[in-house]
Amino acid sequence: MEIVYVYTKKRSEFGRQCNFSDRPAELHVDILPDSSLAANFTVRDPCNVTIQCADEMSEHEVNTERFESESRGINHVEGGWPKDLNPDDMEATIRYRKKVEKDEHYQNTIMQIAGLMEHCIRQNNATDIYEDFLEDEDEEDVEESEEQPSAKTINVFRDPNEVKRTATSLSWHPDGNHKLAVAYSSLEFQRAPNDMNFDSYIWDIENPNKPEMTLKPVCPLVCLEYNPKDSHILIGGSYNGQIAYWDTRKGSQPVEMSPIEFSHRDPVYKAIWLQSKTGTDIFSASTDGQVLWWDIRKMSEPTERLVMDPTKKGNIDNSLGAISLEFETTMPTKFMVGTEQGLVVSCNRKAKTPAEKIVCTYSGHHGPVYALQRNPFFPKNFLTVGDWTARIWSEDIKESSIMWTKYHIAHLLDGCWSPVRPSVFFTVKMDGTLDVWDILFKQNDPTLCLKVCDEALYSIKVQDNGRFLACGSQLGTTTLLEISSGLCSLQKNEKALVSEMFERETKREKILEARHREMRLKERSRSEQSREDEMKETDGEESVEELVARAEKEFFHIIENERMKERNEEKDKDQEKGVCEEKDFQEEHETNGVSSFVRTEISL
Amino acid sequence: MKEYCAATRTHGGRSTPDLSDMAEVEDTLKRIQAQHGVIGTIVVNGEGIPIRTTLDNSTSVQYAGLLHQLTMKARSAVRDIDPQNELTFLRIRSKKHEIMVAPDKEYLLIAIQNPSE
Repeated sequence: MEIVYVYTKKRSEFGRQCNFSDRPAELHVDILPDSSLAANFTVRDPCNVTIQCADEMSEHEVNTERFESESRGINHVEGGWPKDLNPDDMEATIRYRKKVEKDEHYQNTIMQIAGLMEHCIRQNNATDIYEDFLEDEDEEDVEESEEQPSAKTINVFRDPNEVKRTATSLSWHPDGNHKLAVAYSSLEFQRAPNDMNFDSYIWDIENPNKPEMTLKPVCPLVCLEYNPKDSHILIGGSYNGQIAYWDTRKGSQPVEMSPIEFSHRDPVYKAIWLQSKTGTDIFSASTDGQVLWWDIRKMSEPTERLVMDPTKKGNIDNSLGAISLEFETTMPTKFMVGTEQGLVVSCNRKAKTPAEKIVCTYSGHHGPVYALQRNPFFPKNFLTVGDWTARIWSEDIKESSIMWTKYHIAHLLDGCWSPVRPSVFFTVKMDGTLDVWDILFKQNDPTLCLKVCDEALYSIKVQDNGRFLACGSQLGTTTLLEISSGLCSLQKNEKALVSEMFERETKREKILEARHREMRLKERSRSEQSREDEMKETDGEESVEELVARAEKEFFHIIENERMKERNEEKDKDQEKGVCEEKDFQEEHETNGVSSFVRTEISL
Repeated sequence: MKEYCAATRTHGGRSTPDLSDMAEVEDTLKRIQAQHGVIGTIVVNGEGIPIRTTLDNSTSVQYAGLLHQLTMKARSAVRDIDPQNELTFLRIRSKKHEIMVAPDKEYLLIAIQNPSE
């Protein structure tokens, strides 16, 4: 029902002044009750009304402003000198001092208190009253008492930009460990917002408010590493495949970048410094399937290249995307590459032909191998982290890992060994938890499981002293944690026990491998036997394609038969139902051809 | 303590020239410095000026300023707890060494020693 009141005014009267006057009320609209509408409503009886008799409470959140502190020094000026004396004037001060020394009162006082002082000094020299008499006993106690493993957060470094990026890689400063270089980028393909900042930062761990230095690359960095020999040089691998190196003494711009034509075609996921006389060699890996070697003095082209082709033909189309690298300075000729496809490839640097470069592969992961590291105490064993597990391998056993964690709910994104304890390693997961594993203590579960933040943790790096570790998250928050001393001090017999454990597991795997091989041999010989019998029936061995074609033909044949059968059944039903329904039924059949086939199978 | 100083006063006579007293003071301070483990000694007056020191100027000034304040605080603390008590000696033991302060109404004798170990 539309109620309209029309107000008209002549155009010539527009703009005239308003002249207000009184007039009696006019009734414009009168809507009378319409009892026919009552038919649309029913009386609701009873009515449910909820009442609560409780204290009224409200929730209120207050967030204080982030407190930024800065350390500053104050310069003290020497004071206390009498007004007429200039403290810088050496002679005047000496004269003043001499004057004081001549004073009788001074001398008396000094004699007095000097006597007291001498007494105390002699006392100190006689016995050390604060000596640790129970030191030896304490040590024994500590060994027996089981300190609860724990970790606490020391500092949190947040990405200062508005648009948060993932902290994809961390690198500790090689001397002193007071600085942490963090590479920021967005790993989500093409989802990086336009105004995302490309910078990566070097943080001083004492100051979480502001990064100590900014590195400004041309494209966001995915990985960043300090040169272990020269702490001023860093290399970074960027999202567009280029490699760049920085010298912190020379500023925020990269000193040199590799040209795009010769760089990787995919983000450079890992770049490591090599052991060399000049200390300027690096190698990098990317998911485009190549591992490139560079000398940073001449970044115009890579010194060497290796295509990760498992068939050893150097065919880049077949290659596996490399996503992690491993290089141990004690074994300079070998290196390992972790691939996106879940294989770990062990390579030899000194091989003459590219085919010989790839020595062997280890398979076991279902997804990309995000982290790969040899145990610093037992280089024959290495840790890989990928998909939902972390696995420990022995170099000799290529078929499977010797130890592995259970399948977790969240993906594991990074991991590393502790540099001080051979049995401890750390992993970080997609749900923001950090797990500390001690394989001598417990193998099924992590010894310590910490929830660091709510978003995924992408990277973790342990400091060389094994006590501090930093982990970077999806929103660019890097957390610095200190772990309890129990987890970073070498226990007695630990090395022996760990090596025993690794050997035991290796032996077990070897035995299993041998058994598998036996079984396979038996199978093969049996199948060969049976195939010889079959040969009289079929014409020799059929190739794969022929088999497939035959299977397809049989399959379609069976479907056709079923369809015909059903159509015949329908024609019978037709006589009962109408034409439309038949059509619907047929259409349904044609679309559900296979399912109807299955249906009849079951009924049979 | 009070009796002791009275004894020295009468004993010394104090009519002898200052030089021998100065020599005595010198001797005493040298003896303290020569003790095993002593790193340095500083004599500070009421204004915080180091009168005699075996350390460099900036260090002495720093020690003088800081310990002067600390001694004041310690003295008032002792007095507050028991008005009849007074501070005779202050020892600060730290990881690296021990700082010993012998306070007086006007002067302060500071010695830094590396304890025997």
